Amino acid sequence: MQYKDYYQTLGLARDASADDIKKAYRKLARQHHPDVSGEAASGEKFKEIGEAYATLKDPEKRAAYDALGQQPAGQEFRPPPGWNYGGARAAPEGDGFDAHAFEDLDLADLFAQMGAARGGGFRARPDQPVAGEDFDTPIAVSLEDAFQGTTLHLDLSVPEPDAQGRMRHVTRTLEVRVPPGTVEGQKLRLRGRGGKGHHGGRDGDVYLHVTLKPHPLFRASGHDLYLDLPLAPWEAVLGTEVEIPAPGGALLLTVPPGTRAGRKLRLAKRGLPRAGGVAGDILAVVQIDVPPHPREREKELMAELAKVSSFNPRAHFAKETAR
Amino acid sequence: MNADTTSVSLEELVQASGLSEAELRDLVGYGALVPREPAATHWTFSSHSTLTVRTAGRLRSDLDLDLYAVSVCLRYLDRIEALEQQLRHLQAQLPALSGAR
Repeated sequence: MQYKDYYQTLGLARDASADDIKKAYRKLARQHHPDVSGEAASGEKFKEIGEAYATLKDPEKRAAYDALGQQPAGQEFRPPPGWNYGGARAAPEGDGFDAHAFEDLDLADLFAQMGAARGGGFRARPDQPVAGEDFDTPIAVSLEDAFQGTTLHLDLSVPEPDAQGRMRHVTRTLEVRVPPGTVEGQKLRLRGRGGKGHHGGRDGDVYLHVTLKPHPLFRASGHDLYLDLPLAPWEAVLGTEVEIPAPGGALLLTVPPGTRAGRKLRLAKRGLPRAGGVAGDILAVVQIDVPPHPREREKELMAELAKVSSFNPRAHFAKETAR
Repeated sequence: MNADTTSVSLEELVQASGLSEAELRDLVGYGALVPREPAATHWTFSSHSTLTVRTAGRLRSDLDLDLYAVSVCLRYLDRIEALEQQLRHLQAQLPALSGAR
């Protein structure tokens, strides 16, 4: 079992008062709680803080933790012989002390077991249903996968009782179907795929928090996809047809003559599909680009155009000056 | 969950949130949780409510907030989500930096 320094996690001395513990927890929770801080959905940092507080705020658990002795954080250790507090012992069903039983145990599971044994959990009221744990985990999906849908395989570390009833973290691989038309910020709920419930308690759920991976061409807003469409000045004036490498396959976009910069050209229903509804659009935002190194002939033609054209793109400036 | 056409019962929300039925009724009273038909005998809720009450449950247990404070936080979180959505919408329309091409 790996030692975790709960006092260090909360930034406390080992003789901290109950009030100090509460204050330190509140300060850190305010900073790191995933709902408040907007950190990743899993909130790893907050989990550590919550685990430390759950043990240190409870005088019995704290006494049991202190009796483990102080070790460097992360060091492999076993509880000293005779260490046996509440339900937190090596083998809940056995009589003897079995130090080997601690080898692959997590400190958090040990103290959770202690709480369950004492406070109306498994042992005190064996028939009481206990719901399985819910899990939140972020998933990053490519735009192509969001468009077509995909199947992902996710590794999830889940606490489960072993044959002797001891809680162990086991890695379960979940096959997850991401439906077509999944969007940024969406939450996918996998019912009953989290921790196992006990004594008739429901199995926990897994909540997937979707983010879309950045795409080199498209930017998603809900189901709509935005794309920069650079045009040469003559394409904007004369109109053209452009092949768009859309996620669902190449599409031909007609640029009408006289298209100005900033105009949004819409390819209706070619964005991300929407379950039971109308798909989003692709919106190509026009930019007028110029040749970075025009050849002499190009310059000559431009100069001729400048001479011939009566177009004044700043006519409205003159109106302002005349006021 | 986005289409939100499925309904969930109060009992399901109790299970998802770890809050009691009375606490969820308080959230309805504060306007933080809205039944599909508030006058109905048996309330049903949109499936999105599952996410709302889970957040409420976390704020209550992790931050030790009372339910009124929870309902105020939920309102702030809704506003943040709406603003983030608006920001994503605006960012999507901004041209990429010319160096990126």
